[in-house]
Amino acid sequence: MQNHRVVVTGLGVCSPNGVGVPAFKEALENGKSGIRFYRELEKLKFSCQLGGMPLISEAVKAQYFTPLQLRNFNAAGILYGVAAGVEAWQDAGLAIDEEACDFESGTIFGVGTLGVDKYRESIYKVDEGNTRRLGSTSVQQTMSSGVSAYLGGMLGLGNLVTTNSSACTTGTEAVFMAYERIKAGKATRMLAGSTSDGGPYVWCGFDALRILPSKYNDMPTQASRPMDAHASGFVPGCGAGALVLETLESAQKRGAPIYAEILGGHSNSGGQRQEGSMTAPNPVAVKRCITKAVTDSGIAASQIDVINGHLTATAKDDLEIQNWSEALGRSGVDFPYINSLKGMTGHCLAASGSIECVASVLELKHQFLFPNINLQNVHPEIEKVISTSRIPTQKTDLNFNILAKASFGFGDVNCCLIFSKI
Amino acid sequence: MSQDIYPKLKEIIKPYLPEDVNPDAISTESHLVTDLNINSTHLVDIVLDVEDAFDITIEDDELDNMETVDASIALIEQKLATR
Repeated sequence: MQNHRVVVTGLGVCSPNGVGVPAFKEALENGKSGIRFYRELEKLKFSCQLGGMPLISEAVKAQYFTPLQLRNFNAAGILYGVAAGVEAWQDAGLAIDEEACDFESGTIFGVGTLGVDKYRESIYKVDEGNTRRLGSTSVQQTMSSGVSAYLGGMLGLGNLVTTNSSACTTGTEAVFMAYERIKAGKATRMLAGSTSDGGPYVWCGFDALRILPSKYNDMPTQASRPMDAHASGFVPGCGAGALVLETLESAQKRGAPIYAEILGGHSNSGGQRQEGSMTAPNPVAVKRCITKAVTDSGIAASQIDVINGHLTATAKDDLEIQNWSEALGRSGVDFPYINSLKGMTGHCLAASGSIECVASVLELKHQFLFPNINLQNVHPEIEKVISTSRIPTQKTDLNFNILAKASFGFGDVNCCLIFSKI
Repeated sequence: MSQDIYPKLKEIIKPYLPEDVNPDAISTESHLVTDLNINSTHLVDIVLDVEDAFDITIEDDELDNMETVDASIALIEQKLATR
C-alpha cells in the first residue's frame, strides 16, 4: 500500500497570549506573555496565583456558537476547542456543508479535563437533590469527547470523530495520530488538536504538588522561565490549538496554501520503569521516542534545524536538554536552535502540544524563531550540554527546513513529530 | 387566563427554535417537535423554563402533556389553579 504524504493546510488557536492565528503570530514575534494574576486564586489561597487563560470576547463566542448553544453553556474547554477548530477549518479554505456529512474528513481532538465548571455546577445541583434541574446539555458539556462531538457536528465530519487523552502529551499525540490515519489512507483530511479547561478546579492538583512558582505573584509575566537558572515551576495555562492535516494530493487538488509537511513521528511510553514514574519521564524512552521519530521521517539527526521543546520551567528542563542531546548525538554549538513557548503561555496542559505545534508551524512557514522570554541566565546544567547561542532570547529570522516538536506527559508518555518546510 | 400564558410561553419557546424556523411560526396548535422542529432533548429545558416562569412543578409523567402549545397551556392553567 502506498503511503500518503501529509501536509498542514489550516491553523487555529486560542492561546493565553493571543486568540486567533494573526494575534497569536504577532504575540510570538513580540515575545508577549499571556500570564496574569488571578484574584480568585489569591482568595482561594493558592500558592501560585497566576495563570494563562485566553481572553475570549462575547463577539468571538457569538461567531462560533448559536444563542441556543450558549444557553446554560459553561465548558471553557469546548469553547476554546471550537474556536480553534473552526478557525483552522476556515483557514484551510474548507466550506461547511450544512446538509451532507463528509466521510473523508474526521477529527482527533484531545482533552485533559473537560467541562470542569459545568461539572461543578451539576455536582451542587445533584447534592441538593435537584438532579432533574440539570438541563439537557450537562452530558455533552462534561463528557471527555464533548469537544470532538461539538466540532464533528459543526463541521459535518463523517470520518473518525474522537478524543484522545495522554496528559501533557495529548495535543502532539492528536496531531501524530491524525497524521498516521491520513498516511495510511483511512482519511483524506483530519482536524487535529487539543483543548484544556483552566482555573482553580483544574490547576488545584498541580498547586498541591508544589510544582508551580509561588514567588512571582506580583510579577506575573516573569514567572514562567523555561531553561532559566531561576526557573521554579510551571505556570498553569489553558486554551486550544488546532491543525487541519490532509493528503498532499488533496491540498494540491484544492489549491490550498500549504503551511508545512509532517515527515513522521513517534509515540511511546517509558512504562514508569527505570527513572520513569507516574510524574517523571524514563530517559531511555524519551531518547528512543526522538530517535524513532527521526528514523520514521527518513531524515538524519543532523538535519534538524530547530527544536520546539516541552520545557515547562521545572527542574526537569535540564534532563530534557540532556535527552535531546544524547538522542540526536549533538551538543554545544552543533545543537539545533531550541525554544519553549511556555515562557509566554505557561503550561497549557493537554492543550500545550497543539498550541505549540501551531507555533512551530508558524515559525517554519514564516521562517523565524520566537524568543525564549524570561531567560536571563541559562541553567548551568543546560549550559554544560549546549551552547547558549542555540537558545534565542530575541525574535530571530532564520532560513530553515526541519523542526522537531516533542511533548512529554504524566503517565510517562512521549510523542515527537518532525515538521518540514514545503 | 390562557391569554396571559400564551405570550409568556411563546417567549420561552423562541430560543429553542432551530435557526431556520421563524418565531412567527408558533401558534397555539403547534406541535413542538414535529411542527416547530425543536430538538426533543430541549423539551426538558423548556419544562425547566416553564417551571421557573410560572413557579410550578411539572412531574416527569406529565411531560407527555406538553407536546403541543395548546396542551402546555392547559397543563400550566391546571397547575396554577391547584397551586
